[in-house]
Amino acid sequence: MALLQISEPGESTAPHEHRFAVGIDLGTTNSLVATVRSGMSVVLSDELGRSLLPSVVCYGPQGVLSVGFEAQTHQAVDPKNTIVSVKRFMGRGVKDIAHIETMPYDFIEAEGMVRLRTVAGVKSPVEVSAEILKVLKARAEAALGGVLAGAVITVPAYFDDAQRQATKDAALLAGLNVLRLLNEPTAAAIAYGLDNAAEGIYAVYDLGGGTFDISILKLSKGIFEVLSTGGDSALGGDDFDHRVYCWIIEQADLQPLSHSDARLLLTRAREAKEYLTYHGEAPITVRLGSGEYVDVKLSTEKFSEITRTLVQKTLTPTKKALRDAGLSVAEVNGVVMVGGSTRMPQIQHAVGELFNQEPLNNLDPDKVVALGAATQANLLAGNRASNEDWLLLDVIPLSLGLETMGGLTEKIIPRNSTIPVARAQEFTTFKDGQTAMVIHVVQGERELIADCRSLARFELRGIPPMAAGAARIRVSFQVDADGLLSVSARELTSGHEARVEVKPSYGLSDDEIAGMLKEGFTHASEDAFRRALREAQVEAQRLLEATQTALAEDAGLLSMLERAHIDSCVARLQAVLVGDDRRAIDAAMATLNQATGEFAARRMNQSVRRALSGRKISEIQI
Amino acid sequence: MDFSQDHFALFDLPRRYAQDKSELERLYHEVLARVHPDKHAHLGDAQRRLAMQWATRVNEAYQTLRRPLSRAQYLLQLAGVDVEKARSMPAEFLMQQMEWRQAVAEMSEAGAVAELEKLHRRLKQEMEEQYKRLQSQLDAAGDASFHAAADTVRQLMFQEKLLGEIDDALEATEA
Repeated sequence: MALLQISEPGESTAPHEHRFAVGIDLGTTNSLVATVRSGMSVVLSDELGRSLLPSVVCYGPQGVLSVGFEAQTHQAVDPKNTIVSVKRFMGRGVKDIAHIETMPYDFIEAEGMVRLRTVAGVKSPVEVSAEILKVLKARAEAALGGVLAGAVITVPAYFDDAQRQATKDAALLAGLNVLRLLNEPTAAAIAYGLDNAAEGIYAVYDLGGGTFDISILKLSKGIFEVLSTGGDSALGGDDFDHRVYCWIIEQADLQPLSHSDARLLLTRAREAKEYLTYHGEAPITVRLGSGEYVDVKLSTEKFSEITRTLVQKTLTPTKKALRDAGLSVAEVNGVVMVGGSTRMPQIQHAVGELFNQEPLNNLDPDKVVALGAATQANLLAGNRASNEDWLLLDVIPLSLGLETMGGLTEKIIPRNSTIPVARAQEFTTFKDGQTAMVIHVVQGERELIADCRSLARFELRGIPPMAAGAARIRVSFQVDADGLLSVSARELTSGHEARVEVKPSYGLSDDEIAGMLKEGFTHASEDAFRRALREAQVEAQRLLEATQTALAEDAGLLSMLERAHIDSCVARLQAVLVGDDRRAIDAAMATLNQATGEFAARRMNQSVRRALSGRKISEIQI
Repeated sequence: MDFSQDHFALFDLPRRYAQDKSELERLYHEVLARVHPDKHAHLGDAQRRLAMQWATRVNEAYQTLRRPLSRAQYLLQLAGVDVEKARSMPAEFLMQQMEWRQAVAEMSEAGAVAELEKLHRRLKQEMEEQYKRLQSQLDAAGDASFHAAADTVRQLMFQEKLLGEIDDALEATEA
C-alpha cells in the first residue's frame, strides 16, 4: 500500500549539497577525527597514514609549536614545555589534580582553572586543547577539501559543567563550529548499536587515559536512550601507569627523580602495562639521567595486585548506574568495552565477572567514540537520509543545585535527567528589607556545599525591601542539549523585575576568548577574513535552503502578507550573499531568522499533532 | 506551543492516573523525535531555540507522568489539592515508619543484608497495595477521594524515601 509521504521538519526533500561535518574524540592520551563518507563512518589519517594523534602539545624554543607525534619526541627532553594529558586539567583547579607533585609543569593557580607557565607564555588548558583541535581540523579540511559545517566533540559523560564549557571554549578557539558536545559512551553506543542493529539494554564501560564512564542505555528501533550514567572524571589508564611507576621506584629503591627521569620512567611504566596485555611478564630496564640503572620484572599477577583498588573504583559507579536505571545485572543484554585501557586483562575479567557475561570487544576501543561522533555530526549537519534517522536521548551526569542557608545544597535538577531540561524553584529572603541575594550554583550529589563543585556565584539585586520571607525569588535552571547550564533569577511579587542571567564560565571570560581569537587572526588576518566570510556564506546558504524547504512543504500555514515578508527577507539575503560584506550577511540572516520564527512555531505544532495522530514515524516516512 | 496545556493534553492522553506505560513511552518518543534539538541543529537560530523549548517541555511532561507518584502528585495539583496541607497521618503509620527507619539503621550497622532485603520486599509489597488504592482514589470522581488520595500520596512519599534508604544501606554493605 502506498503511504502518504511526509518529511520531517527541516529534512530537505530536494537533494542538497553534502555538508562536511566531523566527529572529534578529544582524548586524554590520543585524539581522533572521523567523518561519514558515502554512508560509512571513517577515521581520517594524517599524511603518514596514522589515525591517532597523541594529545601532546610542545611549546618549543623560538615559538616553534608542535603537536602529536612530533611533540611526543620532546617529552623526555623538555617535559616542562611538553604538555601531555591536558584533558585532566580542563576546568580544574590545582587542588583537583591528582599526583600534581609528580608533574613537571609550572602550574599557576588561577580563577576557575589552572594555568601552565611555558616558554611561550602562560597557557590555559583550553588553549593547549585548542592546539590539538586545530591540527585535527586542518587534517579534516585537507581530507574533505572544503569548509567544515561543524563538529561534534566528545566529552566524558561524567564531565561536569566546568569541564564541558572548557571543551566548548577550546573548540571555539580552534575555529570549530560545535554542533554538539556528545558523551563518549553514548557515541560508542551509537557506533555499536548501528553496526550491530542492537536492541535492548546495553552498558558501555569506557575507561580511557584519564577518565572513566559507565552509561546504561536502552536501544530500540531508532532511539538511543541513556537511562543513567556514572563515572569518575579523574580515573584512567594514567593512574595504572602511576601505580606501576611507584612500584618501580620502590622495587629499584630509587632516589628522588628529576623531571625528565620521572617522565622517562612513566613512559616505561606505560609500556610495561601495554606489554602485559599480551604477555605474562614485562621486563623493565632503563638507564636514568641520574646514572641509576633500573632492571625489574613485573608479572601480570603483581600488576593486578597493585591496581586492584583502581579496578574496584570503576565497579562502584557501575553498580550505582545500574541502580539509578532501576535495573539488575541480569537485565543487561550486552556490555560494550570502550577506551584503550579496557585492553587490560584484569579489567576484562572484572567487568565480565560483575555482569556475568563476556564483554563485547568487537569494535576498536580507540576508534569507536570518534566513529559514533562522526555519525551524529553527519546527522546534525542535516545530511540524513530517511533510512538512517535516529534519535539520541542523553542525560546530565550530576545533580545541579543551589546553596541554601547553613551551607546546604538544594537540588534543582537531579542527576540522570534527560536533556534538554529546565526546572525552577522559588526561594525567599532571610532578613527584613533584604534587597540583594547571592545565588550560588553547584553541581554534585553531596549534601554539603563544600563537597560539591561550585559553578557560579552571582547576585540578584534590586529586590524591593520587604519583610523576611515575603519576597519570592524564582531561580530557573536550563540545561541545553550539550549538557550546558544557564541560570536566571527574578523576583516575582513586585511589578519591579530584578533579573540576572548567567552562563557559568570557568576562568576564561568571553572577552578573553574573543581576545585569543583576535590574536590568532592577526597572524594571518587576510586568510582569517576570507575564512570568516566563507563560513558566513555557508551558514547563510544553509538557512536559505532550510527556508525554501519549509516554504515548499508548508506554505499553507502562512498568510499572503506573511509570505511576502519572508520572501523579501530571502531576497535580501540572496542579494548580500554574493558580496563580501560579512556584516551584511549576518544582519540579513538575523532578519530572516526573525521573520520565520512564527512560521517555524506553527510547523512544529503541526508536526507534533501529526506525531500524536497515531501513525508511527516509520510508517509515515517511507 | 501552548504552554498552558497540561502534560496529559500535551500527549493527547486522558487526564487520569491509570496509564499504559508503553503507550506513554511510545508517544514520548514520537513527539520528541520531531521536536528534539538534534533534528533542528542545521536550521536557523530561531528554530533551534524553539526546538529546545519544545523538547524541554516534552521531557518535563514525560518525567512527571512516567512515575506513578509524581503522576499522582501532578493530578492532585491540577485538581487544586495541596499535598503538603493534607490531613495528619495516622499515628500507627508514623510509628511503623519510625520503627522501620530505626531498624534500617541497625541492620545497616550490623551489615545484615538478608534482613535488609526482607524489609525491602515487605515495603515494596505494601507500596504496591498503596498504589492500587491510589488508582481507585484518583480515578473515582469527587473531592473526598482526592483528599484521600492526597493522604496516600503523602504516605507514599515517606515510603519511597525509606525504600531509597534501604537501597543506600544495601549499597553501603556491598562496598
